[in-house]
Amino acid sequence: MSDMEPLLAAEGVGHVYAGGQLGCADVSFQLYPGEILGVVGESGSGKSTLLACLSGAIRPEMGQVRFDVGRQGLRDVYALSEPERRMLMRTEWGMVHQNPRDGLRMNVSAGGNVGERMMNVGARHYGQIRTEALDWLNRVEIAPERIDHLPRTFSGGMQQRVQIARILVSKPRLVFMDEPTGGLDVSVQARLLDLLRGLVRDLGVAAVVVTHDLAVVRLLSDRLMVMQGGRVVETGLTDRVLDDPQHPYSQLLVSSVLQA
Amino acid sequence: MNATAGSGEAFLSVDGSYNFAYLDEQTKRMIRRTLLKAIAIPGYQAPFGGREMPMAYGWGTGGIQVTASIIGMDDVLKVIDQGADDTTNAVSIRRFFRRVAGVQATEETADATIIQTRHRIPELPLTEDQILVYQVPMPEPLRRLEPREAETRKMHAYAEYGLMHVKLYEDIARHGEITATYDYPVEVNARYVMAPSPIPKFDNPKMQMMPALQLFGAGREKRIYAVPPYTQVKSLDFDDHPFKTQVFADPCGLCGAEGVFLDEVILDDKGDRMFVCSDSDHCRGRREAGHVGPRAAAAAALGYPDSEGDEA
Repeated sequence: MSDMEPLLAAEGVGHVYAGGQLGCADVSFQLYPGEILGVVGESGSGKSTLLACLSGAIRPEMGQVRFDVGRQGLRDVYALSEPERRMLMRTEWGMVHQNPRDGLRMNVSAGGNVGERMMNVGARHYGQIRTEALDWLNRVEIAPERIDHLPRTFSGGMQQRVQIARILVSKPRLVFMDEPTGGLDVSVQARLLDLLRGLVRDLGVAAVVVTHDLAVVRLLSDRLMVMQGGRVVETGLTDRVLDDPQHPYSQLLVSSVLQA
Repeated sequence: MNATAGSGEAFLSVDGSYNFAYLDEQTKRMIRRTLLKAIAIPGYQAPFGGREMPMAYGWGTGGIQVTASIIGMDDVLKVIDQGADDTTNAVSIRRFFRRVAGVQATEETADATIIQTRHRIPELPLTEDQILVYQVPMPEPLRRLEPREAETRKMHAYAEYGLMHVKLYEDIARHGEITATYDYPVEVNARYVMAPSPIPKFDNPKMQMMPALQLFGAGREKRIYAVPPYTQVKSLDFDDHPFKTQVFADPCGLCGAEGVFLDEVILDDKGDRMFVCSDSDHCRGRREAGHVGPRAAAAAALGYPDSEGDEA
């Protein structure tokens, strides 16, 4: 691990919204290839602001976000030119939104959604795009005969799986997930998590997973960051933090989960 | 009127009330500058200060402004609408320029120096001495895929055209082929994706390496773009679903022409119909040269084609 270059490095990242509302402050961490970092905390704790800062959506007012662009070493994401950053978002990065409507083109078929990233980088062979799209729909357990159906004819869980296929098809090195199982019922959640865990492990993708659901991070993430009031209050290996929380807020969070 | 401009250039009026070619000299100058920019960056939509014209948007206000800016006293103007010289839009635009510019008008493609067109490219190959001016209703080829203007401009700037192929993919996935038949998107000079205006895709190959200068004016959207002579214009497609034009089973009913774009004409209320050249000048030329189509007799019995030309 020590001779490995980090994939993503945040250094003192902080953002204050117009009007003085604190989004997040002084967040630092390093993410290595293939590693999954969970970010938990209650609503308003700055999780989503942090994710937006990391994923290129909001330029943080303080600190730096650096990414190993094109395996050429760490570069400040916000110092990249806009076309470079957009290219990064469409190729080496992926974003799984909580609401699949934000991540899918709802008026384009499932196959078209999955094929878009290939076409973005110059795929111009219909047959190959289709074969690849079928393969990916199969990997997220969507029946091949549904390839030409619009996402709105799919259930919430299926939409979420199409969204995942759409991103993973470009073999990204880093995926950001914002409440990937939010709004799904528990049995669907369990299957989706199982699927995600398998895919992410197979591909060796690194991920930052933001959620308020401790079960999600327990299953997916290697390391955990607990946030409160825009700041990181505790970090550590996931099992360590969940089984032996040190910070009072972490203890509260862990003890708040109902044991079924 | 003959007032004198600051540059010493004489203003000139044909009918005693309007400046030559309707637009004032400053406006023409502004449009010419935009035209130069558009020609310098083939396929790029250059914004311009579009003026109100004495006709409604959608009737060719963009094309008219372009024509008005480039037309001179020696020019010979041809105006076509859906390939025909005798349709309302063509007749009124021709009349407009005869009044405000006093130029000679023609219906013969070969004689024209400027051809303003809506929906067609003439069948006769154009030459280096001609300029083709298109009337464009929707200049942005990405508009239906991406409604945000700021975003489409970025997509053009960074050449992010994957979305255009998503549209073509959807066509093939649903219908087995690319179903766009008009305004079929093209890539100009291996850079910009451009809307060729609503010409049938049948005409797209004519744009490739065309010797004539092609200018596109969109009045409502206030955009001008251009394809300089001898420029690569490639219709977008997939490697395994190449671009194809429409094919017509029968020749033109009046002149027997093959390999031209045909319009359907209903002959009676019993379902009888025929297909005739969309390019009326091309059809007339062939008939005058003695070509007779399979339906010529039946059409003549119905008084078609109407032999009376308009005032041009």
